[in-house]
Amino acid sequence: MSATLLEVRNLHTVFHAEKGAFAAVNDVSFSVGRGEILGLVGESGSGKSVTGLSIMGLIDPPGEIVAGEILFKGEDLRRKSASEMRLLRGDRIAMIFQDPLMTLNPVLRIGEQMTEAITEHAAIHRAEALRRAAEALAQVGIPSPEARLRGYPHELSGGMRQRVAIAIAMLNKPDLIIADEPTTALDVTIQAQILYEMQRLVRASGTSMIWITHDLGVIAGLADRVAVMYAGRIVETGTVDEILDSPRHPYTQGLLRSVPSANRPGDRLAQIEGMSPSLAARPPGCAFHPRCPRALDICRHDDPAPTAVDSRRSWRCHNPAPAGVAVPA
Amino acid sequence: MSEAATAALIELSAVRKRFERRPDVAERLLALAGRPIERRVVRAVDGVDLAIHRGEVVGLVGESGCGKSTLGRMAAGILAPTAGEIRYRGRAVTNLPPPDRMSYVLGVQMIFQDPYASLNPRHPVRRIVGEALHVHRLAPSREIPERVDRALEEVGLDRSYRSRYPHQFSGGQRQRIGIARALAVEPEMLVCDEPVAALDVSIQAQIINLFMDLRERRGLTYLFISHDLGLVRHISDRVAIMYLGRIVEMSPAAELFASPNHPYTQALLAEIPSVGRRRRTFRPIQGEIPSPLNPPSGCAFHPRCPHAMPLCRTEAPPLAAIAPGRISACHLNDAT
Repeated sequence: MSATLLEVRNLHTVFHAEKGAFAAVNDVSFSVGRGEILGLVGESGSGKSVTGLSIMGLIDPPGEIVAGEILFKGEDLRRKSASEMRLLRGDRIAMIFQDPLMTLNPVLRIGEQMTEAITEHAAIHRAEALRRAAEALAQVGIPSPEARLRGYPHELSGGMRQRVAIAIAMLNKPDLIIADEPTTALDVTIQAQILYEMQRLVRASGTSMIWITHDLGVIAGLADRVAVMYAGRIVETGTVDEILDSPRHPYTQGLLRSVPSANRPGDRLAQIEGMSPSLAARPPGCAFHPRCPRALDICRHDDPAPTAVDSRRSWRCHNPAPAGVAVPA
Repeated sequence: MSEAATAALIELSAVRKRFERRPDVAERLLALAGRPIERRVVRAVDGVDLAIHRGEVVGLVGESGCGKSTLGRMAAGILAPTAGEIRYRGRAVTNLPPPDRMSYVLGVQMIFQDPYASLNPRHPVRRIVGEALHVHRLAPSREIPERVDRALEEVGLDRSYRSRYPHQFSGGQRQRIGIARALAVEPEMLVCDEPVAALDVSIQAQIINLFMDLRERRGLTYLFISHDLGLVRHISDRVAIMYLGRIVEMSPAAELFASPNHPYTQALLAEIPSVGRRRRTFRPIQGEIPSPLNPPSGCAFHPRCPHAMPLCRTEAPPLAAIAPGRISACHLNDAT
């Protein structure tokens, strides 16, 4: 088993509002090994993006991390000062967003943004930084990189912008990349190209990755391990095969069964009833119980604890689905 | 009239849509000084034939900018084609007398990707859903509330929601409101443009099931536009693949997915992320979707095609029959 790079323990991130504090991330624990790709799966409002931002130290008021540890190479990131975090971000840990324009400054040439990202973290001449920037662009499959360095983000297509954002994230050969739905807005052929580039870079450099998405197909193709989030909690975690072939939590099972490819063409899809709760109206007990086909009385008032402490294979459920019941493929 | 044409509910023949960028102020001033205006024409839809039969579900697949939404809007009567003809129940829609024109306009309803942008935020649900009934005098005023309630119930919304406003609903519920609005005028056909792309996975399945229930209950005909091949495979009888303004392959769904003919279709299918394919090595087709402002010569797909031959660079292949009910536009099919 690979050595642990990141370990998140009992993370609680809340958002303060007039009516009180709402837990967006509620007692979340997981780990990422070196060179490992963890798929973080969930729907909107499940807390998957807030988890990523919490690791990055990018939670601003009214948000607040109120408890937990984020151990990166054994050091708790929550104990680091703002300036220490700034040095770490973009250097050892980088993030890629769904919208590359979150990363790119529209009024700066791409070359300037990239050299800045290098010289911020290393004493290197501009010419050398430019050379490394061009190399990084070439690595993510951008044609004529030198010309691109002189251009602006608006001159690029969505797919090309996302590649630039990835190139920037990879510039300083980080240990960990957190990718928040980076291909969701892209066309299928472009998505496949980006996944290909990411996979190649990660395999070549041994970078670890947290890939946040709602697309189980992407997870199947890319991830080594998977954590499924619902209403601020990780409800199930395991290897990609364990999660996809033998899901134990009824939510995981419901997600897998609702995918069209799991159903015979023309049949009604197996659907999960109802909708995800808002943070402000989290149901008591297990948050999934109002939608759960396996709910028992206990689920209404008692929130289940994770089944295992080591967190590599566990689920939070009072009445888990039997093991080994694969979803029809 | 051929037999196929009479059986079709809607038939598009050689339909084209061109968009021309209007010259801006600077260009018009320079034109006064004698500089010619550069005309930039986008052929969004460049000669499409498509007949959809009553009760049929046709999936229309393609990537951004391929013209699938423009084609859908023309079918729904929202956009007028630049050239070509649209026939509804066997009659050209351009010179229909007013009552027949109305039966076309109401008969083909559109469902949009972003339900929030297509619902007036200042109107309560009862007005959004009942407005067409009122405006077109399709029902006496006193019956409209009952019709609205029935439409809401049919899409799975409680009738007590009728006084609420769009912002009070979730994305999935808003999409249901859009569907209720379409159903209120008793359409024959729905043109759905990426109707679930903006929704969460668990909600997508609910809305797809609603579409399938409505088909069964009302015998609705669908043009279902999506980039999601898994979804299209699930609900379509026939599938058309579009690339840069043209249909490049059309086939019954089962056959298209079992043996895709066009290299573009093959590439799309190879790239469907699927739960069954673990830790795969992604091998994407290269290159970007070309700009419709400046399409490649010959076959528009040739710069990205792994099988391109010299002929593909110069000559656009016609759509030709490759099997009963199947057509594809590829020079590779000539060789055999």
